[in-house]
Amino acid sequence: MRAMTYRGPYKLRVEEKDRPRIEHPNDAIVRVTLAAICGSDLHLYHGLMPDTRIGHTFGHEFIGVVDEVGPSVQHLQVGDRVMVPFNVFCGSCWFCARGLYSNCHNVNPNATAVGGIYGYSHTTGGYDGGQAEYVRVPFADVGPVLIPEWMHDEDAVLLTDAAATGYFGAQLGEIVEGDTVVVLGAGPVGLIAAQSSWLMGAGRVIVVDHLTERLAKAREMAHAETLDYDELDDVVVELKQQTDFLGADVVIDAVGAEADGNALQQFTGPKLKLQGGSATALNWAIDAARKGGTIAVVGAYGPIPNAVKFGDAMNKGLTLRMNQTPVKRQWPRMFEHVRNGHLTPRQMVTHRFPLEDIAEAYHVFSAKLDGCIKPLVVPNAN
Amino acid sequence: MTEPDIPSAYVRDRRTPPPSREELRARIPGWGVDLDPADRPSSPKLQYSADTGAHWDFPDRQPGSAGRERSVEHAFVTPVFGTAQPLHGPSGAIRRLAYERFSEARLAHWLLLVAGDRVDAWGSHLRSFGSTRPDVPATGVHTEVSHGGLRSRAGRSDRRHHLVDPLLVAGPWVAGAGVGAVVVRRLARALRR
Ligand SMILES: NC(=O)c1ccc[n+]([C@@H]2O[C@H](COP(=O)([O-])OP(=O)(O)OC[C@H]3O[C@@H](n4cnc5c(N)ncnc54)[C@H](O)[C@@H]3O)[C@@H](O)[C@H]2O)c1
Ligand SMILES: [Zn+2]
Ligand SMILES: [Zn+2]
Repeated sequence: MRAMTYRGPYKLRVEEKDRPRIEHPNDAIVRVTLAAICGSDLHLYHGLMPDTRIGHTFGHEFIGVVDEVGPSVQHLQVGDRVMVPFNVFCGSCWFCARGLYSNCHNVNPNATAVGGIYGYSHTTGGYDGGQAEYVRVPFADVGPVLIPEWMHDEDAVLLTDAAATGYFGAQLGEIVEGDTVVVLGAGPVGLIAAQSSWLMGAGRVIVVDHLTERLAKAREMAHAETLDYDELDDVVVELKQQTDFLGADVVIDAVGAEADGNALQQFTGPKLKLQGGSATALNWAIDAARKGGTIAVVGAYGPIPNAVKFGDAMNKGLTLRMNQTPVKRQWPRMFEHVRNGHLTPRQMVTHRFPLEDIAEAYHVFSAKLDGCIKPLVVPNAN
Repeated sequence: MTEPDIPSAYVRDRRTPPPSREELRARIPGWGVDLDPADRPSSPKLQYSADTGAHWDFPDRQPGSAGRERSVEHAFVTPVFGTAQPLHGPSGAIRRLAYERFSEARLAHWLLLVAGDRVDAWGSHLRSFGSTRPDVPATGVHTEVSHGGLRSRAGRSDRRHHLVDPLLVAGPWVAGAGVGAVVVRRLARALRR
């Protein structure tokens, strides 16, 4: 089969690989019909995630058709059209039993600090991902869900991660009616976080980024106010002024390890890899939140320690909430929101690349060329 | 009485109340539909789900776990695990050391894994030079032309650090090529003598 393969930082290509096989009685093999590239994939692409092995196939956002099932699979049949949460999870461990699907203890031998994720290095379990023609899906009775008839494929693929994560981020903020919510990052995750903040009763939503086309999308799709940090001397001071010197009730970090805006952080993080990425957005969040406020972190950071302003967070009495998204737990409620048009994931799709052109797709998305907000990957295009 | 120009943070109440529910509902599709925390899927954080689909107490064990690397913070190799890119060669030895010797709490664990990544990458670059598909310093860069690199970056601050990228990405290759050339020349000279 054809599959994206990692060749080292900033390098990947499409290779011929063996089709995955059933390795556990509850496995399924899914033929991928549509995949996406996530902001998290950029951390792998830039070599920021330890134990990313040459030959690894990325991709944790995908939908497809069940091609083969293991002997213990009861809930899926060959031919079913399924959407697969980005988490690999067992459904039965201490953590899954309590709904923490992203923190499953039965699927990642390589680390206890993170659960299982498709195509996301050996630090999350060593599973090849879905930017390929076929993918192995463990615990087929637990993760995948049949794509509802009414749902658009492009909404379905975004619900497997980006959209679910934006919605989850707003929940972590514990928004109460009338709150001023600041969303750092106007990528796919930030845009949906902004939309979701209104559903939870925000009185004001301000989105911060420096990419004009993304900020325009935030105004139009998420009805948010926007700030371009490139145009400001100090974005934190601007946010203080705009909130009557209180600061924001809730700040959502939808940026993570690639954050820009501070040369020293950029250089020691993403460039030299001396810390688990750049902590600029997290530090802005700590500064911009009001005392006693809440910071929701869905932006991803590597396992190597970061230069975070922890003292300020403590002195301000902030609540910090964060996690990888337990995707399937978001779905029933999110399906209603998508169906009613309250959340509109597929409005963010700007580019569709055939799998064969995936190296181009990564560069365009990584360098944010051509107004790219969300690129999809189509195996067997043509 | 406080003076009217003193910002909210310095007095008891917000000076400008948020817009009314009616106003927000009229402007924003779906405003407030998840106002009640009970309607939010991840509230409360810990929540027993009625049915996860699992029909086991503990999953069947996937065969082939013997010798599979694992975090020393785990009791055993988890019942299900990825089998992509098993450990091999010098990078495999470095990574195995990281897993066997150091817990996730130790910086050495992660630094060794990073070292393993670099050794893995350079080993496979060298092998690729003897194949029909040699590696290049970066892939997909021709989109700088086809997808408007200059146009897209106009007025953006990351223009600056994107200037550093070519140096960081190509630097080791240039250095490697230089060292390679010197070694080849020395060898040639030694053989001629
Ligand atoms: N928690 C999870 O389960 C989960 C799931 C998906 C993605 N993520 C993470 O969420 C983050 C965002 O993902 P995405 O797909 O939207 O990525 P993306 O790269 O498309 O978007 C990131 C945005 O942040 C902007 N940005 C950079 N520095 C900034 C700063 N200092 N302040 C404000 N904005 C800044 C960028 O210009 C960009 O628009 C990533 O870190 C990703 O790894 C986490
Ligand atoms: Zn992701
Ligand atoms: Zn589990």
